[in-house]
Amino acid sequence: MAQVTLKQVRKTYPNGHQAVHPCSIEIPDGELVVLVGPSGCGKSTLLRMIAGLEDITDGELMIGANVVNDKDPADRNIAMVFQNYALYPHMSVAKNMGYGLKNRGASKTEIDAKVQEAARILNLGEYLERRPSQLSGGQRQRVAMGRAIVRDPELFLFDEPLSNLDAKLRNQMRIEIRALQQRLGVTSVYVTHDQVEAMTMADRIIVLNAGRVEQVGTPTEIYEQPASTFVAGFMGAPPMNLMTAQIAAGRLQLNEETVLPLDPPAIALETVLVGYRPEDVRLGGDGSVVLQVEIVEELGAHRLLHGTLGGQPFSLSVGKDEQAATGPQPITLPRDRVHFFHPERGSRI
Amino acid sequence: MKRAGFTTVWLPVALLLPQLMIIAIFFYWPAAWAVQSSFYLQDPFGFGSTFVGVENYTDLMTNIEYAKVARFTLIYTALVTFFSLALALLLAVKADAVIKGAKSYRTLLMWVYAIAPPVAGFLGLMFFDQRNGPLTEMFQFFGWDFRLGADYNSTATAMVIVAVWKQIPVNFIFFLSGLQSIPKSVREAALIDNRSASGRFWDVTFPLLAPTAFFLLIINITYALFDTFGIIDTLVRSEPGNNPVTLVYKVFVDGFRGNDLGGSSAQSVILMILVLALTVFQFRLIERRIHYT
Repeated sequence: MAQVTLKQVRKTYPNGHQAVHPCSIEIPDGELVVLVGPSGCGKSTLLRMIAGLEDITDGELMIGANVVNDKDPADRNIAMVFQNYALYPHMSVAKNMGYGLKNRGASKTEIDAKVQEAARILNLGEYLERRPSQLSGGQRQRVAMGRAIVRDPELFLFDEPLSNLDAKLRNQMRIEIRALQQRLGVTSVYVTHDQVEAMTMADRIIVLNAGRVEQVGTPTEIYEQPASTFVAGFMGAPPMNLMTAQIAAGRLQLNEETVLPLDPPAIALETVLVGYRPEDVRLGGDGSVVLQVEIVEELGAHRLLHGTLGGQPFSLSVGKDEQAATGPQPITLPRDRVHFFHPERGSRI
Repeated sequence: MKRAGFTTVWLPVALLLPQLMIIAIFFYWPAAWAVQSSFYLQDPFGFGSTFVGVENYTDLMTNIEYAKVARFTLIYTALVTFFSLALALLLAVKADAVIKGAKSYRTLLMWVYAIAPPVAGFLGLMFFDQRNGPLTEMFQFFGWDFRLGADYNSTATAMVIVAVWKQIPVNFIFFLSGLQSIPKSVREAALIDNRSASGRFWDVTFPLLAPTAFFLLIINITYALFDTFGIIDTLVRSEPGNNPVTLVYKVFVDGFRGNDLGGSSAQSVILMILVLALTVFQFRLIERRIHYT
């Protein structure tokens, strides 16, 4: 177990493409940190640099007290779970799990004991002599987990480990991985493009966009205080509503008719981006703000109302017990739930 | 899955007929002829033949010359198969690791594939030329009085080298595509599990190449046994004399130079049985054991 420190770590490919801009991250001992972002944002590259599967162009990577930039993957005391499991197809489940230990000079009895223990934790006891091809997707995923835990590494690395599983199994494995990680207390870095996975599993989330870190924070911080319009739009489904408003004479207006009953932020700008989470807005009100509802989406537990507010697209989420209809609907925009963003830079104000 | 089938027997038979006819005319018919003539003693001038039963076979079994050729063929096949597989695997592993200019590098390694066996033999003649062949000079530099066509061991060495050289590209192509079909993440997982590169090769890469390697083993044995005819014929300039030859070449020499069609036929029948055994071996024993998915 160890803390992981990245100091100005950067990745530039030989063709000049800057995959990861210099970034400094500190991952405290025992935490599960999720790297999340759209595809091509550099999250996998960052993970693979930590694993040692990609060279670090510049900067310093520390696992525990050691700088590991120039260490082989096998010498970093890490274990990695791959997206497509990456099991050795010619080895039995037990051999798959024990291979790393065997190469580190563990005795046969020690390997057996560790493999048995991992198999017990992961409910793989009866499959130890099978080949990976004789297992289901979920079982293979468990073997990949087992291969990681038998080694007692300082650091777990997960590269989208659940994306090949069906939705139901994914939810179940998500909980299992999280529970296992908390029980073992091993520092973990988890890469995903799924914001639900990020929100539910992480101690802390690192949101990446185009090779840059957009925000680092707990799931609540990321959700409640998004640092940029990118984070606001990426985390949360449906995404945060973002509207462009003019600041004129101390008022915020979307267009001639619609004036938002809010105080504009104290900043010298002519326009500002106003953000509201769909579930933070309430139906009903004094009629000063009216949403033109065009579509009602039934989701069972709640309903989504999609429409326009002052000519700009706006969505609103209501509980299943509230009535919803298309047409003009008065809504209330709570003052304490508003987010303001810079119109050009997208940064939080 | 629903299987589509034919309603009558005749349509599929008619569709298969052209292929079956080709096989029958160019394989079964001559094979049957060979089996039949192996029981006869032909008049050397082609005037007639006498039924002699299994005498052609019993003669072969007691023939010291035949035993000698058979032993040489065995050694020759083992050497050619081993070296062409091992060197091709080495080249494929190295080529697979090349990143810059990988394509041109691979193409260069495959070029020899396009050379016909007799041409390979001629190139061998030039390399092993008694007066100015570079390889002859090299052997002489190391103190070996190399004489292609005059000395048994010299000729045998040249035959092995040319045959290996000719076969490497085929094996290389198969090994390379086998290597490239190993998932990248499996290799990366091995990279994390094992710090030794040779350990990773023997524990992970090689077992995953095993299906390719076993397939190539059979192909190479067949090649060394049969397809090296052109190379041998060129290297011994169609006059084997005291030079080593393989069983297939002996079939040709005895049948067409010695005009002993009966004995020659008996030899080809034995070779046919050998191929049959190899094929059975491949299907029954090997293909079943080395598939993982």
